[in-house]
Amino acid sequence: MTTETAEPALICGKCGCALETGKVEVEYLGNRFPVELPRCPSCGLVFVPEDLALGKMLDVEQALEDK
Amino acid sequence: MDGQRIHEWESRCVEEQPPACIAACPVHLDVRAMLGCARTGDWRGALATLVRAVPFPGIVGRICDAPCEGACRRAEAGGAVRIRALERAALEFGGPRPPPVVGKSLRKVRIAVVGAGLGGLAAAVDLARKGCAVTVFEAAERPLGRLYALGEAALPAQAIDADLAALASLGIDLRCRTPVDAAGLGELAAAFDGVYLGVGAATSGWPNLDRDGEGRIAVDPLTFATSHPKIFAGGSLRRGGAPYSPVASLHDGRYAALSLDRMVQGASLTAHREHQEPFATGLYTDVSGYLPAAPVAPAEPGGGYAADEARAEAERCFPCRCVECVKVCEYLAAHKSYPKRYVREIYNNDCIVLGNHKSNRLSNACSLCGLCEAVCPERLNMGEICLEARRSMVDKGKMPPSYHDFALRDMAFSTGDAFFLARHQPGMAASAAAFFPGCQLSASSPERVEAVYAHLRGALPGGVGLMLGCCGAPAHWSGRSGLFRETCDALAAAWEELGRPRLIAACPTCRRMLETGLPAARVETLWTTLAEVGVPARAAAGVRVAIHDPCAARDDRATQRAVRRLLTQAGASVVEIDAPERTTCCGFGGLASFVDPGLADRTVDRRIARNDADYVTYCAMCRDNFARRGKRAVHVVDLLFGGEGDAAGRPDPGFSRRQENRARLKSRLLRNVWEEPVPETATEPELILSPEVAAALERRLILHEDVRAAIRHAEASGEKIVDARTGRCIAGHRPVAVTYWVEYARQGEAFVVYRAYSHRMRVAKEAPE
Repeated sequence: MTTETAEPALICGKCGCALETGKVEVEYLGNRFPVELPRCPSCGLVFVPEDLALGKMLDVEQALEDK
Repeated sequence: MDGQRIHEWESRCVEEQPPACIAACPVHLDVRAMLGCARTGDWRGALATLVRAVPFPGIVGRICDAPCEGACRRAEAGGAVRIRALERAALEFGGPRPPPVVGKSLRKVRIAVVGAGLGGLAAAVDLARKGCAVTVFEAAERPLGRLYALGEAALPAQAIDADLAALASLGIDLRCRTPVDAAGLGELAAAFDGVYLGVGAATSGWPNLDRDGEGRIAVDPLTFATSHPKIFAGGSLRRGGAPYSPVASLHDGRYAALSLDRMVQGASLTAHREHQEPFATGLYTDVSGYLPAAPVAPAEPGGGYAADEARAEAERCFPCRCVECVKVCEYLAAHKSYPKRYVREIYNNDCIVLGNHKSNRLSNACSLCGLCEAVCPERLNMGEICLEARRSMVDKGKMPPSYHDFALRDMAFSTGDAFFLARHQPGMAASAAAFFPGCQLSASSPERVEAVYAHLRGALPGGVGLMLGCCGAPAHWSGRSGLFRETCDALAAAWEELGRPRLIAACPTCRRMLETGLPAARVETLWTTLAEVGVPARAAAGVRVAIHDPCAARDDRATQRAVRRLLTQAGASVVEIDAPERTTCCGFGGLASFVDPGLADRTVDRRIARNDADYVTYCAMCRDNFARRGKRAVHVVDLLFGGEGDAAGRPDPGFSRRQENRARLKSRLLRNVWEEPVPETATEPELILSPEVAAALERRLILHEDVRAAIRHAEASGEKIVDARTGRCIAGHRPVAVTYWVEYARQGEAFVVYRAYSHRMRVAKEAPE
């Protein structure tokens, strides 16, 4: 029997480490913001989930484009 | 953007001009607003509108000569709206009259009015409302004597009494049995700040005022000024023998009062009075769409309307509006206003230095198709304004990068090595003509392009060269003037290299762009050429199609005729959707579909609902957009050069396939026509996409090549994320300005793609400390 967990178990393909939520910086049109995203504790590879990319992130992109 | 041009554009939209009734009314009562209230049963609102313009609604509602009704456009569809009867209804059902509002005045201005007729009292009321102390001198024993004399049947005394009573709160000092003679007038002019003289038709007396040729007191028709600087005059005394018009007297009193007010304030007497006289409005109103409806007759003959009758009569008011362009354009309708407002909004948006640009989409969602200009009585073209705004946005660095990035990359593909080609016909050292199929027909129907080129080589003498490339339309539409220029220059260089052949464009947009960008070239459309040289006989025998002219061919009568002749000659039976100059865009024009995809879909959907027959058109994007939205549609080349199969059922190839088709067309032509060895273009690795995933990629503007590049990058570098639960990999890749994420799994040599999405925001690998 397996149990579905809410968080998918994401592993860095290069380092084999499980991704952990950590602070990273995003930038658009010269504006920078800190965000919490899953990242590899070893090499720093960051993952952007679909709901974030097509939700909040898109909203912020569009708002910045209209500045 | 240039403020002067903005003003010129704005002034051409007639939607804010008053309807004919308001323009014709001597006091410009807002009839449209009054009837708007009446239509909804808001009689209080109707009355408030009425008394704002007309201080004597009871009188006017019964005896006005109603020039508004003479101008009413409903007359052309059943009979003019009974506006005067509706004024009476407003008074009857509108409840207590709103008391006149009195303004505050710092200095107490004293005005004398001589004559208590309608004009004199109107002047008195307006000046009292402005805060002046007004004294009215009347020779008779009561005011409005002429009206009381009309008799009970025409105008009940009670109605006059009620109108006078409603004005009591203004505090006008009314002195009856007080005649004013010439000497008295001089004294009044000395004692008061100003005088209004409204003494009816009397022409004797007043030796201190200049006369006109007919012996009447000379009165300026605009300002009502007499030869005495403090005395203004109007009413019957300046109209001589003309029939008495109560509302004309109101007009004189009202606008003489305006002059008196300006005179005491030292303001210009003549400024901004253009529309004071009744005038012919510039508001265009097409009444042909309204079914005739006769005026409502009151149940009680000779009486006024009952409330429900009045409401029904008010409903006969259209009301008059222009909005010809808004009626036919999804884009103009979507923004819920009309061009005059849009022009201002776009200009304001352009002027913002700091703050939100709320109208970026307004400037960029227009397809630039020109239909608004075709239907506008003043030939205003919103596309010109939008294009100007886009250029300005690009110049200021304020164009949102997401709007046009994808389309411009697609254009770069077509101007680049993968597609660009300029050659003489094989075996020829010169080209009398060169075929320019354009990037979208090549993307949609590459086989037909090959067939057409073969046909042209056989039919035209002197060598038919070939130019594959992009005409630069995406650069032009997106406001990138510099890029458009560069694209044209590259095309011009290739054209010079071919010996300046005449250009044969298959796409109506290419034709327009080439004419703009290569002004020295002679450009014609494939269709006029084919109409001259002929096509394979009866290729479309028995086909029944409805013809959609692409918006870029709206004004190209020769091409419209040539296409119809070609189709008929080929045996097709062609029906019209509507007049060619009233055609619409398929949503691709102006790159509108990249800025507002939903709006572009509605534009297509509206068009494809117009006729049940399969559509035929001569723009590949129109054909593919119709197909994408579920309409069976063929391109003219499908009918003239088609092979087997159901061309009208061919699906939209989609963005990825479009690029692949272009590249493949170039390779095939080089191999088959010029017999050059061309290596197969690599499309590694192979992708396996479900229809749902493929549709999502198309919607999200992610090319299969973007997906391949992400997988190639992940597999080569090892930079990927593995989902331990599913065993699938996730690749993230940012070639230039967009990051693509692809969830995939290997299946033999191929890759199954489960999802792909993108964002423009850049993510740093590490947060800075």
